[in-house]
Amino acid sequence: MTQRSVVIIKVLIWAGCLAPLGLLVLQVLGYFGGLGANDVETVLNVCGKTGLNLLILTLCVTPIRRSTGINKLVVFRRLLGLFAFFYLSLHFLTYALLDLGLLYPLLYGQTAAGISPAAQLLADIAERPYITVGFTALVLLIPLAITSTRAMQRRLGRNWQKLHRLVYVVAVLGIVHYWWQIKSDTDAQPLPYAVLLAVLLGVRVRHWLVDSKAAVPPSYQRVEPPQAHEKTSH
Amino acid sequence: MRKRLDTGIRPSEITPEGAYVNRRALLTAAVAAGLVPSIMSCEAATLPASGDLADVKKWPGSTTEKANTFEEITSYNNFYEFGTGKEDPSRYAHTLKTRPWSVQVSGEAAKTGTFTLEDILKPHSLEERIYRLRCVEAWSMVIPWVGFPLADLVKRFEPTSNAKYVQFITLSDREQMRGVRSSVLEWPYREGLTIAEAMHPLAFVAVGLYGKVLPNQNGAPLRTVVPWKYGFKSCKSIVRIHFTDRQPQTSWNMAIPNEYGFYSNVNPQVDHPRWSQASERRLGGLISPRIPTQMFNGYAEQVASLYTGLDLVKNY
Repeated sequence: MTQRSVVIIKVLIWAGCLAPLGLLVLQVLGYFGGLGANDVETVLNVCGKTGLNLLILTLCVTPIRRSTGINKLVVFRRLLGLFAFFYLSLHFLTYALLDLGLLYPLLYGQTAAGISPAAQLLADIAERPYITVGFTALVLLIPLAITSTRAMQRRLGRNWQKLHRLVYVVAVLGIVHYWWQIKSDTDAQPLPYAVLLAVLLGVRVRHWLVDSKAAVPPSYQRVEPPQAHEKTSH
Repeated sequence: MRKRLDTGIRPSEITPEGAYVNRRALLTAAVAAGLVPSIMSCEAATLPASGDLADVKKWPGSTTEKANTFEEITSYNNFYEFGTGKEDPSRYAHTLKTRPWSVQVSGEAAKTGTFTLEDILKPHSLEERIYRLRCVEAWSMVIPWVGFPLADLVKRFEPTSNAKYVQFITLSDREQMRGVRSSVLEWPYREGLTIAEAMHPLAFVAVGLYGKVLPNQNGAPLRTVVPWKYGFKSCKSIVRIHFTDRQPQTSWNMAIPNEYGFYSNVNPQVDHPRWSQASERRLGGLISPRIPTQMFNGYAEQVASLYTGLDLVKNY
């Protein structure tokens, strides 16, 4: 993969990842039919689903890299992961600021009698399992985002790999969070996510088994330097 | 959305005289033959298939809160017969045919049988009632319904002393309702009230919205509105009313009994197992404060006596 194609792909990823946010902004301004009657829910759902989509996409990078041998793909993983974190943070902020209404008293200095959005936020995180799970997932993503830089990767060495396995936990919690908040058990919207995640986890388990049998350092740790066969892959 | 052409012509003027004279003759003959209970027949009623409703009185009990817009009320609906997405009903409910329409009345009542929509509506004068609507999903709207008290309709069927409950059933037709092809709920949709609840002066039958004929996505041609209960307790596009001596099946209770009970009264003290019911978000504004949910959705003064002695935590 040439440096030019890396740049092109990165530009495409930036454009694709910013598109949902751009559309939301345009909808806030009234274009594309607006946000609909429940505007807060629309923002909440778009951010949550985009974040989950990007998280799953991030998990697809390594299996694709292994099967194609294009090791360079790893440079896109961080970008996708950070965008996933960005949207999931927006998802949380939308819930806290707009859905629970934390923003209103901040802007207007008052809120309805008998309502404390901050208390509700804490109570939700502590008592509502789907929110506890979703919030935990987001908190677990924070160290991953902070240590996503190349410098941190070098500094943490093998521990970096261990730490970043947390992303599997985050993905599972994310899907559980999605499943627990829908109204009906028979509504299968989160099912495709669950199936895809199961497949991705399955692929990894297989690799771990194969790698541990072979008793060689797992190939996915050899990110750098670039492999010789890479040059032939484009 | 379809735009209404305001021609100033009443539907009655469009119907050729011969046609409705014939209809009346047919109805008279049907009554004479005992096919249609005479109490319900008389003249063909004047509920148009769409457009403005005439002679709508304002009900003095309406809330003075700002009503949601027609656009909001008609584009954000839970009507799973047309899909589980909130926009699905507004997108797909145009396939519902609301004329001709009939309602089957059965069970513990003196006047049972099949009644046409015109039979049902004929004796009632229409009024506009602006009610709060609190969804179990913790959002709410303020809606100007047009219709008449449910009690007035129930009385006409003369329920017997055995009629302790009344069940309402929504049309379930996979040809007209694409959501019925999925098994997200067990069809047909059914809801129920105690007779005392159904006879309460706040329980309402809506046939209109904002002075116009009720849009399909809101449950045309007729639906119940029970403002002190969560929205799903109202039954849309009703095709059957059944009087019974035992508590009838209700759809959400059948689907998830530990989350949705028979009563489903709005109650800020009884949380949904998964989320709080203490507050709600009034739709219509990206940055708006949450408001506290009121007991019985703010209708406690009128309806609390219906539940004297009833454990509202157990009977959620």
